[in-house]
Amino acid sequence: MSASLTPQQYLQARGRWRPIEIVFWLATLTPYVLFPDYLSLASQIAAAALFALSLDLILGYAGVVSLGHAAFFGVGAYTAGIFSKYVWGDVFSGLIVAGLLAALVGWASSFIIARFRHLTLIMITLGLGLLLAEAANRANWLTGGSDGLQGMSISPIFGVFNFDLYGKTAYAYSLAVLFVMFLAARRLVNSPFGLALRGIRENFVRMPAIGAESRAHIRTVYTIAAGMAGIAGAVIAQTTQTVALESIGFQRSADVLVMLVLGGAGRLYGGLVGSIIFLVARDQFSGIAPQFWYFWIGVLLIGVVMLLPNGILGGLSLLWSRWRKP
Amino acid sequence: MLPPVFGVLFDGLAYGMLLFVLSVGLSVTLGLMNFVNLAHCAFAMLGGYVTVTLVNDFNWPFLATLPVAFAAAAAASVVFERILYRRLYRASDLDQVLLTIGIAFISVAIAAYIFGTLQQPIETPAFLRGAVGVMGLALGKYRLFLIAVALVVTLALVVALDYTRFGAQVRAAVDNQRMARGLGIDVERTFAFTFALGSGLAGLGGALAIDIVGLDPNFAFTYLVYVLIIVSVGGLGSIVGSLAAACLIGVSDIAGKYYAPELGAFMIYLVMVLVLMWRPAGLFGKR
Amino acid sequence: MTAMALQTHDAIASRGVALAMRRLTKSFGSLPVSRDITLDLPVGARYALIGPNGAGKTTLINLVTGMLKPDAGQIMLGEEDITALEPQARVRRGLARTFQINTLFAGLNPLEAVTLAVSERDGLSRNFWRPLAANGAAIDEAYETLRKLKLADCCYQLTRELPYGRQRLLEIALALATKPKVLLLDEPAAGVPPEESGEIFEVVAGLSDKLTLLFIEHDMQVVFRFATHIIVLVGGAVFTQGTPKEIASDPGVREVYLGTRKHG
Repeated sequence: MSASLTPQQYLQARGRWRPIEIVFWLATLTPYVLFPDYLSLASQIAAAALFALSLDLILGYAGVVSLGHAAFFGVGAYTAGIFSKYVWGDVFSGLIVAGLLAALVGWASSFIIARFRHLTLIMITLGLGLLLAEAANRANWLTGGSDGLQGMSISPIFGVFNFDLYGKTAYAYSLAVLFVMFLAARRLVNSPFGLALRGIRENFVRMPAIGAESRAHIRTVYTIAAGMAGIAGAVIAQTTQTVALESIGFQRSADVLVMLVLGGAGRLYGGLVGSIIFLVARDQFSGIAPQFWYFWIGVLLIGVVMLLPNGILGGLSLLWSRWRKP
Repeated sequence: MLPPVFGVLFDGLAYGMLLFVLSVGLSVTLGLMNFVNLAHCAFAMLGGYVTVTLVNDFNWPFLATLPVAFAAAAAASVVFERILYRRLYRASDLDQVLLTIGIAFISVAIAAYIFGTLQQPIETPAFLRGAVGVMGLALGKYRLFLIAVALVVTLALVVALDYTRFGAQVRAAVDNQRMARGLGIDVERTFAFTFALGSGLAGLGGALAIDIVGLDPNFAFTYLVYVLIIVSVGGLGSIVGSLAAACLIGVSDIAGKYYAPELGAFMIYLVMVLVLMWRPAGLFGKR
Repeated sequence: MTAMALQTHDAIASRGVALAMRRLTKSFGSLPVSRDITLDLPVGARYALIGPNGAGKTTLINLVTGMLKPDAGQIMLGEEDITALEPQARVRRGLARTFQINTLFAGLNPLEAVTLAVSERDGLSRNFWRPLAANGAAIDEAYETLRKLKLADCCYQLTRELPYGRQRLLEIALALATKPKVLLLDEPAAGVPPEESGEIFEVVAGLSDKLTLLFIEHDMQVVFRFATHIIVLVGGAVFTQGTPKEIASDPGVREVYLGTRKHG
């Protein structure tokens, strides 16, 4: 099959949209018809999916394990909130400002992050995340501290669409932002830069031996991922019109990691699938005490590591390839 | 008469000693096998709950429960090592992180189920309650006890590492695993043993912690952060490093709470990030 | 050595020095692994580096490529002092190496891997907007490199699924993709069965004579077939060097390999 294609055509074919992707994105419109009471939840899932996608860029593609990615999510959320409170209620400008500020913080921390590996790297991401969370807590004159940010005022989109309790506008907004960001991420992953990231993940030692500046690449993707996480945070802040400390805390960093790993890192769609499953499950089991929820998450994590190392999508892809060549 | 700052220093030192007992096991096993075990404090929690059960339900004297806490945590770690950890020695950092976080989550849930979510108080023996007056300071007897225990542990570890054959094997394997294997050292068994020892110490630390910081199901995570900070800052595989870092963190934390409560835990995280940037392998870690 | 080979050797030697090491020294703690190593590789050289296990051959390559920092000494690539440069900077100036143990991108296929090397060389990999497939020139060059190394027919297969001998060829392909002036090969045929190792050395023999080659090798037949000059490393120091005929008849070298004489 591939022998008849030129190398360039082969690579082109790899980057093309697959039918199942189109099905997936069409399916994201179904909540309007099938689950009209759950549109607020759907909106949150879309934002969480974007957050997980941003983590996938650094974890799934460049191999950077971060336990503090929520720092950027939180920066984006608080920036959007504070922007709407003191400056302007327009969502799009709030989104851009939040994304830029989160990217800036990401860029600054990337100089530290790119220099380290293994445990030191994990600890530094954790430490930076905790630092920012603590700073948000202490700066309660700005962030509202543990009471959360109050007084956000979001203007209707295009002057017409209000964020109401039914979530129709919220979902449309979140989904649109997710899709646009996804297109950008997809482009990045299929670019020469995306190939370099995969090289870093596949064999860090070989990269300098082919003349690659791995640290510069890591800094770039970290900055982009931080900006994307910030945009996800801004979307949540704008659609729920509140920002709580949980958006920047360790719990959120751990949760997004679980979502990504559950779906399968390094596949672009893993974070999306993982967030859907995780948040739908959490909503369904919201009655039980948090410890018991985390019991099952613990079991899930052990299961994924021992049995399904590439997450659900990895497992499905394995089944698919086995089914095709028996 | 000593000024009150020395009282704060003493409290900080005692707290640091407790953190040392909790952390030293993780430092040695990380330095030895590079296995990121985020369930370390879950073993500590196990030791704590064993003590609570023995003291409250079976009326054991507190001191007698300490060796049992140690043994229970060590035994549990052997089981986990055999069944799960062993397969992941060559796995990626991420896999190790995920597996051990999963174990920690499960342990928190089980602890909450059996013991409830409130802190478990125990009665410490009478001779450990109260304080001793020294140069105008009231030094808590329990804190003195903590310092004594930690010093005994340090001494025992140093003697074991420097003067026993087992210790020599551990040091060789930490220094250069491939060469140690080439010399005929059974690295896997050395690790299993060291891991049990380290987890046992964590269990002991958990038992000791009850009276100072309290024991509840979130212990596994609350103190994990401190332990990780101490291990990173002190240097993997270094006992001296863990001791130094633990005292540093202990004193900073207590002093911070007394003199600058607005800063909160900010200083500790900042110190960690700065130290790691300066010395990525920790203050006493191998470069 | 034949008269013709002697002439070639002299001709090569007069072209200028491609890679020079001056007094390279390195110790791990109290264990010296490289002692005062001084070597010159003329342009177009076909030099072999031999020595007993533990002599420090791979360590020397690690020092020259920048993966290890020397305690003392200098490394010159052509006219330029590269001692302070990072490994990737040295590669961009034309110094490439292969690894003794396959250090490949397991989850990429050969086409992607070599295209990556070409992209890094040309600065394309900073581009995160244009599709990879649009860089026709880079892809074609990668494919051509693979074709020359007889890897074209398996270039879409995942590296981890390739037979070992092919993987060793890919090691060389990755290094060649950086368009090096000096190529350091660390046991290129290591672990490859004798029937297949010939293929690898055919490739090596076919390399441009403007390319300077230093290869570590244990198989003496291969060494005598391809090398014009042999350096013997023992205990981290240069024991002796010379033409293959001189080395073959050197009693000291034989003793070092048979272990009857103390060294180090």
